[in-house]
Amino acid sequence: MEPQLSWYLALSAVLFTIGMAGVIIKRNIIAMFMCIELMLNAVNLTFVAFASFFHDVTGQLFVFIVMTVAAAEAAVGLGIIIAIFRNRETLDVDEASILKL
Amino acid sequence: MENNFLSIIIFAPLAGAAINWLIGRKVRNERFIATVACGSVAISTIVAFYLAFNSHGALRTEEPLFDYIWTWLHVGNFRADFALAMDRLSGTYALFVTFVGFLIHVFAVGYMHGEDGFYRFFAYLNLFMFSMLTLVLADNFVLMFVGWEGVGLCSYLLIGYYIRRKEAGDAAKKAFITNRIGDWGFVLGIMLTFFLTGSVSFFANPAAGEATQTALSFFKNAQVEPFTLGAIFAGGATSVAMLLFIGATGKSAQIPLYVWLPDAMAGPTPVSALIHAATMVTAGVYMIVRCSEFFVHAPTAMFIVAIIGAATALFAATIGLAQNDIKKVLAYSTISQLGYMFLACGVGAFIAAIFHVITHAFFKALLFLGSGSVIHGMHHEQDMRRMGGLKKYMPVTFLTMFAGWLAISGVPFFAGFFSKDEILWKTWSAAGMGSFAKVLWAIGAITAFLTAVYMTRLMVLTFWGEKRFSDAEVHPHESPRSMTIPLIVLAVLSTVGGFIGVPYAFVNRDINVIERTLEPAVAKMPGPEATEHTDEHAHVGEERLLAGVSILIAGLGIWAGLRMFRRRPLLELPRILENKYYVDEIYDKTLIRPIEAGSREGLWKIFDLGVIDGILHALGEAVTELGRLARYLQAGFVRAYAAIILVGALILIGLFAYFGFPLAR
Repeated sequence: MEPQLSWYLALSAVLFTIGMAGVIIKRNIIAMFMCIELMLNAVNLTFVAFASFFHDVTGQLFVFIVMTVAAAEAAVGLGIIIAIFRNRETLDVDEASILKL
Repeated sequence: MENNFLSIIIFAPLAGAAINWLIGRKVRNERFIATVACGSVAISTIVAFYLAFNSHGALRTEEPLFDYIWTWLHVGNFRADFALAMDRLSGTYALFVTFVGFLIHVFAVGYMHGEDGFYRFFAYLNLFMFSMLTLVLADNFVLMFVGWEGVGLCSYLLIGYYIRRKEAGDAAKKAFITNRIGDWGFVLGIMLTFFLTGSVSFFANPAAGEATQTALSFFKNAQVEPFTLGAIFAGGATSVAMLLFIGATGKSAQIPLYVWLPDAMAGPTPVSALIHAATMVTAGVYMIVRCSEFFVHAPTAMFIVAIIGAATALFAATIGLAQNDIKKVLAYSTISQLGYMFLACGVGAFIAAIFHVITHAFFKALLFLGSGSVIHGMHHEQDMRRMGGLKKYMPVTFLTMFAGWLAISGVPFFAGFFSKDEILWKTWSAAGMGSFAKVLWAIGAITAFLTAVYMTRLMVLTFWGEKRFSDAEVHPHESPRSMTIPLIVLAVLSTVGGFIGVPYAFVNRDINVIERTLEPAVAKMPGPEATEHTDEHAHVGEERLLAGVSILIAGLGIWAGLRMFRRRPLLELPRILENKYYVDEIYDKTLIRPIEAGSREGLWKIFDLGVIDGILHALGEAVTELGRLARYLQAGFVRAYAAIILVGALILIGLFAYFGFPLAR
């Protein structure tokens, strides 16, 4: 049986929902971060699926942009996480609810 | 005729003011400052005399001289140029303003010697000359108003010259605010003039572009308005004339706005002589004569002008009788003499008014400068009760003031006699006033008597009798030459200045120079024109008789003054006169206090604090309250933010799903 477009979209939706739920539920900042990555990649999956099915390369180009931004975001985000950990010695985001120490 | 020298007259003093303000304050060299100040006015004087008397001079030709400088305002039909015009009237004015101004500048060099603000004083004084000459030489109402405000500003600055004295500051504010009321009338008058005539120009000046209908010529052929109270509010010539007259009462210190002038004596004495006696306060008279075309078409306004003038003359003279400050006497005397000028305007004797302005400029400037010399010699003592016997200490001052005394009292052949007599005669013979003219004449005559009395009192208290100061404290001395020379020049002018206006009745020959010069520049009273000259000659006998009465009154006044004060110089006069009829107190109670209370309780506490601040505070509080609510969103929990983003995204998706996706058209 040939894979259908709807399969990819369904998988993507499931991944995105998992990521979104993780961002909201998890308190560990690294787990949240990974969930955000999961959401980004769920979106990437829809892009490549559409590109492949419509024979249009634009979607694939867009995936590159998303991956580049995600890489930059990962660098900044990990930097922030390290800074928070150094100052507070915890990775619980609820502990970091105020700017003051 | 275009003549660009005209602008030198006004811009030379302005340049002097600028130099003294910018450079004089740095060098602080009195000789430099005095040279700049007097020199710039001297240039104005020379140019003014040249332009007035050369072969095509303004006083010799019918056509005014013009100097178009630039187009200042030009909006639709409204056109006001920065342009000067010298006709026979403004020429006459410019002559005595520059000349008397120059003498007073020279006097002030001696009087202000050693003052800290020497440069400041002369910068202001030059600025005043610029403003006054702009007022006089302006060729339209709007530029005239610029000069009008300029002299008001300089008057304010110079009254408050002694910045450390509170009463000087208060007097300056009083002068400025009182003048503001008058200016309100003047501005409305200008607006109404433009509304009625479509122009604010005095002359049709072809050089400045299109020749326009002028504000003055508009009324030339107009109907004379009826003599009713309603005409004042009808919006015609009478309304314009009344509004302009309100302006004149402010600047020229007439009832009810005269109260600022006596207080203005807080300024240095040369300022009192220049601004508050010789030039600025006569600006109102100038303005009315300039607009005489409006007034002759407005008999109601003329009547009111005459009444106010006569009332002011009498009222101020009675107050002057009982003042003890030498400058206050002269201040009330000035108000009284200004009343004379307005009386003359009111009965249509515009030329007599200008004549009196000129002679008054001579003898009142002389008297003020003389009093300045006395004050200078007495080490800033102004109370006449502590003077006396100064004759032998300051002979030059005494002799020159003697001439001024005779001139203002109306002793024959001194300047004041001719002009005052002219006004009284014109009042007596005023057409269209009926027997009321005789009442006005009687008021004028009583005022003349009182004038002689109070001036005699001033002379007696100051120069004659026993000295009433102690030698140990005060050493009176004659003033330096820079002060006595202007006094001498003015004394000569006060003595012979009246001969420019000797009436026909005295010599049976037409040698009345001033009348011949100014006749084309002022409006004639409407009425039977043909009889004018024969009429004048027919009443020669009557005029001579009245002149005799004038002489008698002057003699009687001087005799009464000598009789009353010679032996008892400190004679107590009625308290009500000394306290100026309590007018200041009445104004304070009925006007100033209620306005202050209304401003404080109503405008400030209710309107400002309640309404304006209330609205602002309500706005501020509303924003604060909103912010306080919005703050709950900013709890600092990252997961809460994420949830908010999620909800927002879901709402957006829901909206798209419900209303359809715009891209999928």
